[in-house]
Amino acid sequence: MNEYRKEILQGVFVLVGLVFLIKLFSIQVLDNRYAEMAEGNAILRQVEYPFRGLIYDRNNKLIVYNTPEYDIEVIIKDIKKFDSLKFCEVFGISRVELRRKFKEMKARKEYSPYKPTLFIDQLSNIDFARVQDQMDEFSGFYIQARTTRAYSSSALANALGYVSEINKNQLENDKTKIYKQGDYIGQSGVEAFYEEQLRGKRGIRFKLRDVKGIEKGSFNDGKYDTLSVPGQNLVTGIDIDLQLYGEFLMQGKSGSIVAIEPSSGEVMALVSGPSYDPTLLTGKNYSTNFKLINSDSLKPLFNRPLMAQYRPGSIFKIAQAMTALQEKVITPDTRIRCDRSIISCHGAHSNEDLRGAIANSCNPYFRDVLRRMLNKGVVNDPYEDTRIGLEEWNSHLTSFGFGRRLGIDLPNEKGGLMPSPAYYDRAYNNRPWKFSNIYSIAIGEGENLVVPIQMANFAATIANRGYFYTPHLVKSIGDDGNPLPQYVQRHYTSIDSSYFVVAADAMQQVVAEGTGQYRAKLADVIVCGKTGTVENAPPLFDHSVFIAFAPRDNPRIAISVYVEDAGQGARAAASIASLMIEKYLFGQTKRPHIEQYVLNNKFE
Amino acid sequence: MRREDDIADKLDWVAVLLYIVMVGMGWLNIYAAVYDESVNQTIWDLSLNSGRQLIFIAASFIIILIIVIIDVRFYETFAYLFFGVILLVLILVPFIGKEVGGNKAWLGVGSFGVQPSEFAKFITAMAVARFIGSVGFRMDYLRNQFILFVMIGIPMALILLQKDTGTALVFTSFVLVFYREGLSPFILVVGIIAVVIFILTLLIPNQLYLHGAIAVVLIVLIVSGKRKLSGIVLLTVGALLISGVIESVDYVITDVLKPHQQNRIKALINPDADPLGYGWNVTQSKIAIGSGGLVGKGFLEGTQTKFDFVPEQSTDFIFCTIGEEHGWIGSLIVIAIFVALLLRVIFIAERQKSRFARAYGYSVASIFFFHFAVNIGMTIGLFPVIGIPLPFFSYGGSSLWGFTILLFVLLKQDAHRSQMLQRV
Repeated sequence: MNEYRKEILQGVFVLVGLVFLIKLFSIQVLDNRYAEMAEGNAILRQVEYPFRGLIYDRNNKLIVYNTPEYDIEVIIKDIKKFDSLKFCEVFGISRVELRRKFKEMKARKEYSPYKPTLFIDQLSNIDFARVQDQMDEFSGFYIQARTTRAYSSSALANALGYVSEINKNQLENDKTKIYKQGDYIGQSGVEAFYEEQLRGKRGIRFKLRDVKGIEKGSFNDGKYDTLSVPGQNLVTGIDIDLQLYGEFLMQGKSGSIVAIEPSSGEVMALVSGPSYDPTLLTGKNYSTNFKLINSDSLKPLFNRPLMAQYRPGSIFKIAQAMTALQEKVITPDTRIRCDRSIISCHGAHSNEDLRGAIANSCNPYFRDVLRRMLNKGVVNDPYEDTRIGLEEWNSHLTSFGFGRRLGIDLPNEKGGLMPSPAYYDRAYNNRPWKFSNIYSIAIGEGENLVVPIQMANFAATIANRGYFYTPHLVKSIGDDGNPLPQYVQRHYTSIDSSYFVVAADAMQQVVAEGTGQYRAKLADVIVCGKTGTVENAPPLFDHSVFIAFAPRDNPRIAISVYVEDAGQGARAAASIASLMIEKYLFGQTKRPHIEQYVLNNKFE
Repeated sequence: MRREDDIADKLDWVAVLLYIVMVGMGWLNIYAAVYDESVNQTIWDLSLNSGRQLIFIAASFIIILIIVIIDVRFYETFAYLFFGVILLVLILVPFIGKEVGGNKAWLGVGSFGVQPSEFAKFITAMAVARFIGSVGFRMDYLRNQFILFVMIGIPMALILLQKDTGTALVFTSFVLVFYREGLSPFILVVGIIAVVIFILTLLIPNQLYLHGAIAVVLIVLIVSGKRKLSGIVLLTVGALLISGVIESVDYVITDVLKPHQQNRIKALINPDADPLGYGWNVTQSKIAIGSGGLVGKGFLEGTQTKFDFVPEQSTDFIFCTIGEEHGWIGSLIVIAIFVALLLRVIFIAERQKSRFARAYGYSVASIFFFHFAVNIGMTIGLFPVIGIPLPFFSYGGSSLWGFTILLFVLLKQDAHRSQMLQRV
């Protein structure tokens, strides 16, 4: 038996050798396919960059689109004869630059002489036309087309954001593994928030080349090619004409304008001043321009409508009034004496009811309103009583969207601040505090902080008499035409609708005969508004603030305007807000003198 | 001096010659694989794999000298000690080793690293041979079989822990040694059937056909012969077991094997499914070899290997260079030399007087055979891609030294075979 085992093993060895030889004979001699594939081998893998989704305004006017841009890639192995003098001439670079480019390329980690490597990035359209005809003289160099962002106007820069090459950090944190080095990604604004929808899908083509590197059609008839899928288009609620007008009015000023359509929550204008031209952050000059813009002392990249936190000022009295009505500590007819010994006031009035107090922005009135709310006498201890009252107060105001991020479809939104008992415990280091310590929140000063978008949303909530849709820019994504699901839900406040009617009446009165009558009143439509003057640290001027909605019934626009260091709300902010309303509702203003007033007055 | 002359006379020069030819051919092909016509580098250039391989070859000759000088009894005597030491090293490697290509299988000594797993092969061969050669050893004792399988199982498991599946699988080749020394062929047959069923399951997507075929065979077997009830029960149990194996294949493929291993098996069955993804290695390797034709493109003229289309071209895929540049004739010569060496090793093993030397000789043959079969098999798409080198051809110090030691320890034993007789 053992003798046979030796022979069996020997047989197996020989058999395997024979099987190999037969298989080799079949693929080497009988089958010509492999020889052909080897000849064509060099399958060139060409990436087809997708078109990024386009962005439209509410009237289907194009805001953001793509323009072609060309990179020059090189496969070192394919360079045959290289006329460096001619190359420099065609591409308009110096010999020193050329040498540096080669050096830089070889130093890159992913560099391989066999793979296409980026050599010159972002040729413009004009350069490309010039270079195209002469490309065949430079074997080994290829043109890779991709697109860069272009803008139909210089408006909306901060809200749109910008697109740039993905950075090292982002690449490392990308769990989806979709991005590769050199890919572009939305870095801020809509471009970043809707990156997933906008980016589309990369396509890959496998092409065969002959020995000279000339393309010989697609590999396996394109069986393995994938087409690039363009990104989804976005339709925003932005009215680009209104936006442009807003930016026109804000020129030379710092501040923000937020206009919202109350019935949908769509943001129609989102002005941040100062702004910049979005075209600066595209293409070749991205990095130089970004440094310049980013180091500007007026912070053009700071998106004020979402990121600037101000004290609310007198505007807040409307929210206080509704909260007090809901808590039944006052009625619309409650009169309170304007006692200026405790807190200062302005204008001639002495013993107003609620509407009058709002119209005259009476500080003592609202101080007492807050006292009634916070100290209801639920318990005898004034400290504990304030704590209970403040908790209720805080929960009402939070329901308006104050003190938290609203959740707009843009990154970096700030939430502002509505103080809670826990907040004051921290602020007072756990020492006791009561109403008399904190009453400045009654008139929108003190610890409160709000963001312009919250104030516009507040105006929209009153316009709707008690509910709001989370403000959002994008009203339709791709072909199915819906916004993200969170933007079609109504959010009700904890205040009864009937009290909103009181607020709307009061705001109507403000514009008709109160602080807003001089610059916010319009002849053809009833505007409801409220001025605010937010105290600023002297010697700086106060911030000028105005919120409004119009028309009074079935409102079509709600707006908040902040102009920094511009004094009373009745001046710059009220003017701008009313001009915006006019522009949106009627297409143009009938009050050129107000427009001139806004443009020419320095508000100092 | 007299003694060394003796050794020179008694050394098996056929095997030595085959060895020298293989190492030389390997070296030339390594140069061809890394050759770059645009860069002016000679075969001696130390920055190239070919230059470094020459150093490895030189070192091999020193190793051979040492093996030849050391007393012949050394290997058998210290087999178990070495075995213990290498197991210890293998345990330690995952902690003190350096990571190369995702595997922590290297022990670093300066810029050169050595792979203990390469040396584990020959040390395990010595230990297994010593056990088989021990006085009173009988293969038909279940206890002995168990010990032998444990002896190859432990290094295998330790190497698997280093994620070096290829080298670990090499240890299965010892089963051939056991078979030669008297292990029942039943185990071998069962193993082969299991592999065949495994592959059939992969090839035939609808497993119902397989179950059906088994049922038909079972019925035919039962009906054809006049079988006793116990026979029928046995057959039925066997058939059910096979069906179970088929069902488990799916589980093994999707749940036990790692994704890259699954892909290699899938690439084997259908490389065209994804020629640019997981089928890339096999596709490119086949293109390179297939384009060689009958006589090849000529030395240094292979475009596929030269231009990096084939991965790992100087190590695991060195056969591509041979196939492309020297065609079917070149492949025939290499395969013929390999088979010749394998047969020569068996011839040498069979003429040994001691059981230790014979078992060791068969271990050498089995290990070479496994490498040869799997390595060339994978380059031409007959086996899944398992990263093991082609003995004497592939670039790499550790593997060259490991194979050299394997072969020359046998030749040393062989040179003293008449002394062994006196000892017994």
